[in-house]
Amino acid sequence: MSLLQIRGVTKRFGGLVAVKDMEFDVQPHEVMGIIGPNGSGKSTMINMISGSFAPTAGSIRLKGHELAGEPAHRINRLGVARTFQLVRLLPELSVVQNVVAGAAFGHRRRWGASAERFAMDLLSRVGLAGVAGMPVSALTYIDTKRVELARALASEPEVLLLDEWLAGLNPTELATGIGLIRSLRDEGRTIILVEHVMDAIRSLCDRCVVMSSGTKIAEGAPAEVLSDRQVIAAYLGDGDA
Amino acid sequence: MFILITGLLLGGTYALIALGLNLQYGVARIMNLANGELLVAGGFAAFWLYTAGQVSPVAALLVIAPVAFAANWLVYRIMLVPLVKRAKSRGALEVDSILATFGMSFAFVGVMSWLFGGGYFNYAFLATPVDIFGSSYAQNRVVAFSLAVVIGGALWLWLSFTRAGLNLRAVSVNPRSAPLVGIDVRAASALAFALGGAVTATGGALVSMFFTLDASVGVLFTMKALIIVIMGGVGDIRGTIVAALILGITETAVARLIDPGLTLAAAYFLFLLILLFRPQGLFGRAQG
Amino acid sequence: MSTREIRNLIVSAVLLALCALLPIYGSTTMAMFAVLATSWALFSGPTHYISLATAAFFGLGTFVTGLWFQTLPFWTLPLIAAVAGAALAALVGLVTLRLSGVYFVIFTLGLAEMVRQIFTWVQNQTGARGMYVLTSLTEKEIFWMLLALGTLVYLAGWLIGRSRLGFALRIIGNDETVAKHSGIDTARAKVLLFMLPGATAAAAGAMLAPRYIYIEPATAFAPLLSFQVVIMALLGGTGRLWGPIAGVIPFTLLWEAITRQAPNQTLLLLGLAFLLIVYVLPGGFVGLWERILRRWRARG
Repeated sequence: MSLLQIRGVTKRFGGLVAVKDMEFDVQPHEVMGIIGPNGSGKSTMINMISGSFAPTAGSIRLKGHELAGEPAHRINRLGVARTFQLVRLLPELSVVQNVVAGAAFGHRRRWGASAERFAMDLLSRVGLAGVAGMPVSALTYIDTKRVELARALASEPEVLLLDEWLAGLNPTELATGIGLIRSLRDEGRTIILVEHVMDAIRSLCDRCVVMSSGTKIAEGAPAEVLSDRQVIAAYLGDGDA
Repeated sequence: MFILITGLLLGGTYALIALGLNLQYGVARIMNLANGELLVAGGFAAFWLYTAGQVSPVAALLVIAPVAFAANWLVYRIMLVPLVKRAKSRGALEVDSILATFGMSFAFVGVMSWLFGGGYFNYAFLATPVDIFGSSYAQNRVVAFSLAVVIGGALWLWLSFTRAGLNLRAVSVNPRSAPLVGIDVRAASALAFALGGAVTATGGALVSMFFTLDASVGVLFTMKALIIVIMGGVGDIRGTIVAALILGITETAVARLIDPGLTLAAAYFLFLLILLFRPQGLFGRAQG
Repeated sequence: MSTREIRNLIVSAVLLALCALLPIYGSTTMAMFAVLATSWALFSGPTHYISLATAAFFGLGTFVTGLWFQTLPFWTLPLIAAVAGAALAALVGLVTLRLSGVYFVIFTLGLAEMVRQIFTWVQNQTGARGMYVLTSLTEKEIFWMLLALGTLVYLAGWLIGRSRLGFALRIIGNDETVAKHSGIDTARAKVLLFMLPGATAAAAGAMLAPRYIYIEPATAFAPLLSFQVVIMALLGGTGRLWGPIAGVIPFTLLWEAITRQAPNQTLLLLGLAFLLIVYVLPGGFVGLWERILRRWRARG
């Protein structure tokens, strides 16, 4: 049984159809990539899965629970956690409190001393062992991303949504970032990755869904999908296909 | 019928006032709680020019509007730009601008009371009745309404068909992307704030023809303008006009049919309905 | 509990004991504002939702006493008022707290006025007039009641600060989107906490009604109270539990001085205070204190 089932999902903003009849499955322990040129509806798709807004039509099922139309906090409690395209940390709280924020109310709840211990472990896990008590304003860019990742992991989600998590990193940071996600995959986590960085897609994803203008134009392993003529045409225009 | 027309006349004038606030909040993102005081200032200026200089309020607009424009532009540049610069988020700016403009409104009322005393001021200008559809209405209300329509229409045309108006609308829709297409958001916001202030002061001058004003009544007008702007949808001109007309008619109906002391409660009731069923306003864009 | 927390608790207890032993002239007003400002800050501090509804709750409380002080024992009245205040707060919260802060501020701005208009209309319809509240309560007794209420508020604030609800509200105040995506039912959390200042202000109103003597809508729901409370709380700073009191003391003294010397300038003072808070002291005295502490520690 697939972990996440997307069936017939459509999103209309007034007259604009951002996503049309999307359909795909995500298996447990799988890393699924959602790729496509800008404006293809990838972020809208992620936003619907996480509950930022509801689909106009269609169904999103997590282990049989219907997510479509549910508010974001219920979806988080059912087991979906995410990071954001523009990192959102809580400026008035310390680093470790930011992570505890993810643990206190989500899918698996922790509070008090055990939550703090758990948060510290997660921080080490993402490579931030020394900065627990620091204010978030003192962190480097990639470190803020790590904190956000730790916060998402803190609720022990069934599905982790990474919305262009690798964007804006220099080559060294990128390698570290890819390594980190790979280690998460090796732990057996189910991850949905929205990305533009092709190297990451190739090395991390088991399968990919390619979106263009709101619809799915290809699905399969990264190697096949990235050499598909339609996919190349969508990214680069018909001339280079 | 009488209620309908009187309500429309009132609503039309309210629309002008709310348009001013809509420009300030929708484009410059400043929730200007001193809006009502601006209106009183405009009304007071008209009063003074009429009683001291025998200048008709309509002609006085030629002076009041530019002065209000300049004054608001200065207020934006000097007092509000520092808040814009230090705001970490849109919500923070809203809170800061509410508190700051709130403070300005109190300071303003305090100064006005101090300089001119707490007395009421009104004057009789075109208070003679005119006949429409068989009932008589005060001529000044009709004149105010007509002028509001003219000014509001001109504003709408300007916003829809000029480049500067386009800039303002762009900033209202998406202030983060506007700079990417070459729009100076700071300048556009200043322009919108100043323009909004001029429009509100104009509305005040028109309203002073038939309302009795005093230094402290500003906050009631602020409340109504706020309710209208939210009811119609922030940033939307048509919405503001429609909402203002609805409020004008509702207020007049409640005043005549139930009790004149319940006008604010009636406005609030409308506000409540909107918040419950359509918080983005009648014509507003849903928050995604 | 850490040693620092125990120390804070002891200091507060000592201060409380001192307060109980020496009621000074004018202290009932200060006690009232201390209670109102502290309970206000419990909600509006972490969430950054500025509530201007205090006058509405307070007025409601005075009416509770006005209506029933002759038929019910006095000690029940603040309790009834608290329930009524909490109910009104829940209603207001359910309507406005799902939305962004601006709607909340605007709605609460006119709430007192609207309630006043409705109460006036009801009075006109039923032919009732204002109520005289004549009791044998002395100023000192009212002061002690307020002190007791204040202690409860402090206790509640302290407990909430350590609880998950308090944590949830701080997260909401930082970034509501993150809060929602971390599993927090933000609307419910906000409404729950908003009931606290609602209940407290109403209870305070019920306790103070005897001091006002004549209860009628025009005076009971005067919006000025809301503005004063906001200024005092923000002036003192909402970052700490003791912050609002640091604002209440100087502001009440200043207000009374101005009212005596230049009564027409009170509004001007109010306006200048707002501007001061926004431009000079955004964190209030608490913020100033923390900046000084940081600089002192950095040097040491």
